[in-house]
Amino acid sequence: MLPTARETFAGGFRRVAFFGGVYSNYLALAEAHALARSLKVDAVFALGDFGAFGPHPDRTVDFLRESGIPCIQGNYEEALSDAAEDCRCGYTDPRDNHYARLSFDYTSSRTSPHHKAWMGDLPRHLRLTLGGTRVLCCHGSPRRINEFLWASSTSDAYLRRLLDEYGTDLLVCTHTGLHWSRMIAPAQGGRPARGILNVGALGRPANNGRTEVWFAIAEASEGGVRVEFVPVPYDHGRLAREMEAEGLPREFRETILTGWWTTCLEILPAKERAAGRF
Amino acid sequence: MLGLETVWFQVAGSICNLACSHCFISCSPTNRSHAMMAAADVERHLAESESLGVREYYFTGGEPFLNPELMEMLAAALRRGPATVLTNGTLINARRAAGLKALADGSPYSLDIRLSLDGFAPEANDAIRGPGTFERILEAISHLAAAGINPVITVTEACEDAIGSDGRARLLERLRTMGLDRPRLKVMPLLRLGAETERTRGYGEEETLAGMELAAADTAALQCASGRMVTAGGVYVCPILIDSREARMGGTLSETLRPYPLRHRACHTCHAQGLNCRT
Repeated sequence: MLPTARETFAGGFRRVAFFGGVYSNYLALAEAHALARSLKVDAVFALGDFGAFGPHPDRTVDFLRESGIPCIQGNYEEALSDAAEDCRCGYTDPRDNHYARLSFDYTSSRTSPHHKAWMGDLPRHLRLTLGGTRVLCCHGSPRRINEFLWASSTSDAYLRRLLDEYGTDLLVCTHTGLHWSRMIAPAQGGRPARGILNVGALGRPANNGRTEVWFAIAEASEGGVRVEFVPVPYDHGRLAREMEAEGLPREFRETILTGWWTTCLEILPAKERAAGRF
Repeated sequence: MLGLETVWFQVAGSICNLACSHCFISCSPTNRSHAMMAAADVERHLAESESLGVREYYFTGGEPFLNPELMEMLAAALRRGPATVLTNGTLINARRAAGLKALADGSPYSLDIRLSLDGFAPEANDAIRGPGTFERILEAISHLAAAGINPVITVTEACEDAIGSDGRARLLERLRTMGLDRPRLKVMPLLRLGAETERTRGYGEEETLAGMELAAADTAALQCASGRMVTAGGVYVCPILIDSREARMGGTLSETLRPYPLRHRACHTCHAQGLNCRT
């Protein structure tokens, strides 16, 4: 029996932007929002994990709420609103969990109660249409809020099953922090192309030695959806300085300044791990 | 059951070139209780798994590289999804490491090699895995590293040196000196089954989930909620219980898609210690 989830329908659109985990990187969030508007999107959606890693978590939530960006719950919002003991990120390695704990304790202690209450009321899933394509937005996967859907560890068969089980053509998710997309079936007989879009994260760079962070734009096109990944330059030096002032770990700042992940690495499959420095 | 996501293959049955003193299914050169699988048999289950929307595959034994058709099986799996091989490493030479790298590069999915080690030095490791194995495992690591494969090193809690954050840090440092510049490590709890019952002990009376009502989230986290183990003799609930006849759930994967009662004492390890055989 599949778990039921709180779900909302956002409407029909032609061109939208999706923001993945912000991880309290409010500076990148503001830049990404301005950039998305300049790229003429109809709407922007944020897919959860607003806190963690970065400084001043309330600044991110203030921005999201004041901007009226429709949001869904990530494992962070679920955990913060539940008064959980940890972030429920789904790591399995002790060192990864150590850093996840530092992030969570910091974020929880600095997130206002009214923001935590708001997080608890967010939907888990959001549906919309892009032309004739049905889109389902979730955080990790529609089955589990903290499931990691990596490019190299997610079979086409599994994706097909998720699309069928949840009655959608395009699955849009985040949680891994790495952006990728794959179409697993072409448009056929009036049915649009089907596939997945993992939108990556605004919170930290994509483990590629570049300091930009990424979001995704999806646009209705002939027979399906056209996907574009957008790099976001921002004042990462300022973010690192603020992280230092807040006493956040040196390893986190190093990632912001170099573009290489230094923590939460053990969950990476072989191909994704081989692409990074650490 | 949440739904089938992970399929294991006991490709070498219970046949192994080693006879580790902590092996929970007592694999050895002479243990014939589970037979080797044929590539055609694996292919049949892979095809079924694909129709069921399975996400990933694991290959184990015994020692998987004793199966002469292993590379063919891995190629078939990697056409459908990511694959992981659990090995003792002693049969990995330069040619085999290069073959694995070619398989990995030829697939959009990840191929992971999980290599077992039980100590930082020959004395600790060889006491469990057998004389001379430490050096052979080191050779395998260097062959894999030279081929561009970064294996996941698996140690059990029998490796006392690796317990705790200090031991772990020292082991990671040791692995760097063995040629793995980004060492990956998985520490597994012990299962009080098979040979391990002779080395230390079996399960105690209190180690049981019988009569307990687990929360839905706890049940969903167990590997039996989303995985099954295929052997030459049928499909079992999980990789751990293949020596328990009642854990055989059917002849095909489709026949096993129902919850399994948590009545075995090893179920206690999965719940209490969060054991998951996946990487």
